[in-house]
Amino acid sequence: MLGIGLLQGLAVTARNFLGSFHDPKRFVTVQYPEERTRLPEAYRNFPFLVSESAEDPMGTLRCVACQICEKECPPQCIYIEKSRDKKPDAGGRPQIYPAVFDIDIAVCMSCQICVEVCPFDAIKMDQVFELAATDRFGGLVLDRHALAKPNSYFQQVHPAEAADVDERLAAARRAAEEKARAAAAAKLAPPRPAPAPKPPAAQSAEAQKPSPPAA
Amino acid sequence: MESPEEIRDRVQAGVPEAAVSVVANPGASAQHSLLAYPSHALQVALFLRDDPALRLDYCSNVTGVDWTDREVVEADPLAPERKVKRLQPGYLEVVYHLYSMAKGHGPVVLRMRTVNRSNQVTLPSLTPVWRSCEFQEREVFDLFGVVFAGHPDLRRILMWDEFKDHPMRKDYAEPDDYEWEPTPHGSVLEKARLHYPAPAAPAGEAKP
Amino acid sequence: MNIPGLPPIELAPGPQIRAVHDELHGDLLELSMGPHHPSTHGVFRMVVTLDGETVVKLKPVFGYLHRNHEKIAEATSYLASMPYTDRLDYLCSMTNNWAYALAVERLSGQAVPERAEYVRVILAELTRLLNHTCLAGFLLQDGGASGTPLMYAFREREKILDLFESLSGSRMMCNYQRFGGCRADPSPDWLAAASTLAEGYGRFLDEYEALLTGNEILMARTQGIGRLSPKLAVSAGVTGPMLRATGVGYDVRKVDGYGVYPRFPFRVPVGAHGDVYDRYMVRILEMRESIGILRQALRDIPAGPILDPKSKQRGLRPKAGEVYSRIEGPKGEIGFFLISDGGPNPYRYRVRPPSLVNLTILEDMCLGQSIADSVVILGSVDIVLGEVDR
Repeated sequence: MLGIGLLQGLAVTARNFLGSFHDPKRFVTVQYPEERTRLPEAYRNFPFLVSESAEDPMGTLRCVACQICEKECPPQCIYIEKSRDKKPDAGGRPQIYPAVFDIDIAVCMSCQICVEVCPFDAIKMDQVFELAATDRFGGLVLDRHALAKPNSYFQQVHPAEAADVDERLAAARRAAEEKARAAAAAKLAPPRPAPAPKPPAAQSAEAQKPSPPAA
Repeated sequence: MESPEEIRDRVQAGVPEAAVSVVANPGASAQHSLLAYPSHALQVALFLRDDPALRLDYCSNVTGVDWTDREVVEADPLAPERKVKRLQPGYLEVVYHLYSMAKGHGPVVLRMRTVNRSNQVTLPSLTPVWRSCEFQEREVFDLFGVVFAGHPDLRRILMWDEFKDHPMRKDYAEPDDYEWEPTPHGSVLEKARLHYPAPAAPAGEAKP
Repeated sequence: MNIPGLPPIELAPGPQIRAVHDELHGDLLELSMGPHHPSTHGVFRMVVTLDGETVVKLKPVFGYLHRNHEKIAEATSYLASMPYTDRLDYLCSMTNNWAYALAVERLSGQAVPERAEYVRVILAELTRLLNHTCLAGFLLQDGGASGTPLMYAFREREKILDLFESLSGSRMMCNYQRFGGCRADPSPDWLAAASTLAEGYGRFLDEYEALLTGNEILMARTQGIGRLSPKLAVSAGVTGPMLRATGVGYDVRKVDGYGVYPRFPFRVPVGAHGDVYDRYMVRILEMRESIGILRQALRDIPAGPILDPKSKQRGLRPKAGEVYSRIEGPKGEIGFFLISDGGPNPYRYRVRPPSLVNLTILEDMCLGQSIADSVVILGSVDIVLGEVDR
């Protein structure tokens, strides 16, 4: 019969329409901004700089201004100026820090390459997207004050990734402490007696130790 | 499928007056190509398409390449164990990638080179052989400036008709009317400074 | 506007309409469809010359979205060009990424671990599903079914986009493939969600086909329209579902056998008439085959590294040489031609866009048919301007 295809189509439309009253799969609109969808953990928008502590964001930035992200950024939206002096970082060692770290989010295309190439886990992807501004140039440039967020925020937004990063950094810190302790212990060891002929294996093992040779 | 040398021999046998040579590809992909001279390129293309063993009926890709003047290091023809440097004058090159839908083999890479980059930039169009070259050769004309003789409708395709210059050439001077950007680098910053004063720096860190 | 015997008439600024006088045929009307047009799939312009309502001449004009991607790539490193490939065919970013990653891998001789190959196949088939679903929606939208098939298609596409978002961080601009593998490892939860989607997609397609395939209006508007002969299609370099609808069974997945596609037996649907209805049906059948490939890949995916540990992303400097490599994207054969001179940036970077080459015979298909049909024919070609113009 001519028209059976049309009637079948109308049956599908009717099923969808009537179904939308009771079946959530058929009624998928999310009434934004009153309702919001839950974003997956991997969702990325614009980058942010990670600080170790929330109380002193500028002083505990992980970023050491190595400028690798600036070089690798495809649309070149990052602008970094190194500091002239060194400040102690979260681990206590004097470290160069970024005096200027600007990201122009009008240019940034959220590609995440800066995050991939950073060797210090200092820049990560944020999830905030409600960033409309009224000033086209200044309002859309985020300087380091606006970019710096504490590690606790990172753990909240990307829990699994933050756990990985924290574990890796803690392991690195532990290894560094072990090395420092071994070096300090070798320094405090009592001085050796008059040199006697040593077997070659022990001599080469001693030569490989990072501690300064005993007097 | 046959090797490029075998294809070249077959083409030479089929089109004796054409001069076809093999250009080696040094990279890992080992896609060597055939270089045809413009004088008989159309016959070579027709042979490649119609020869029963090759049947290269599908031209997949037409690319233009701008080779500027560069130094080439090669073996001295008089003393082959020595290497000598010479200046290779620049030319424009058009590369065709040919496949066979009938036989399922490919790619056979065919190249043609112009005499120079300035006033002798004409090459025969292969659109009469493969219709797919129509828009792609127009693009090579638009962006590189290669004039295809015999093309049914040679005019600009991506740039607007009144545009001058050919953007994909290596010596293309782009217009410098840049809008000021807050995070400019290097050459973009220089160009922007010529045209626009920077907005007043916000309170906080000093901007350059 | 000049009509002989009358003083010149000044038209108010508006659409470009000029009357052209031809003694034999009477008035021919030259009309510019686009670039601002809801049915031209982007900023695309067709300058059609009409005799009444019949198309006498049709010239496609594009370049409105030209962003000189190829020249940017000459100034950017290989890794940094990857996000730009997302923006070529912006609906199918995963397959664009794969085509580019494959080209660089062939240029630099990098190997890809098996798990990454399976993930690439899974994502490519998901992309094929979402592209063909979208296309059916857009084709019907252009044909006049204002909204319903499109919205049903988009509702299903959202599920695939959610999968992409939870894997790569972004719905459309995924930037996911890397040279020597993929950027992030899909978790078992993700693979389970993808399996659920693959199982449920067949039922969605059944409902969608009940809505569309037997619809008399659709059949009247698309059968016999826009016929393309196989000989012209092959000569014009047409690839993808548009070629297969004419009867030529050329699928790069079967011919080249790249990745791990040879491990998945699947059929290549081929049409008989080469008209718009055949192109629509070929895409529906390809979707069903894709579901089969997805099921197999999700079942057989091995454990292992997702990125080759010896691969180099940042600072990659492939040896001097060139490569042309291609994959079967949802729209046709997408290929990348790269020439390396040993430096960090490519010397020449060329994208072979399927949409551009498929447009070569748009005029041939539309001649002699009404202008309303030309909209439907353009819809069936499946173009995305990001790819046509780059």
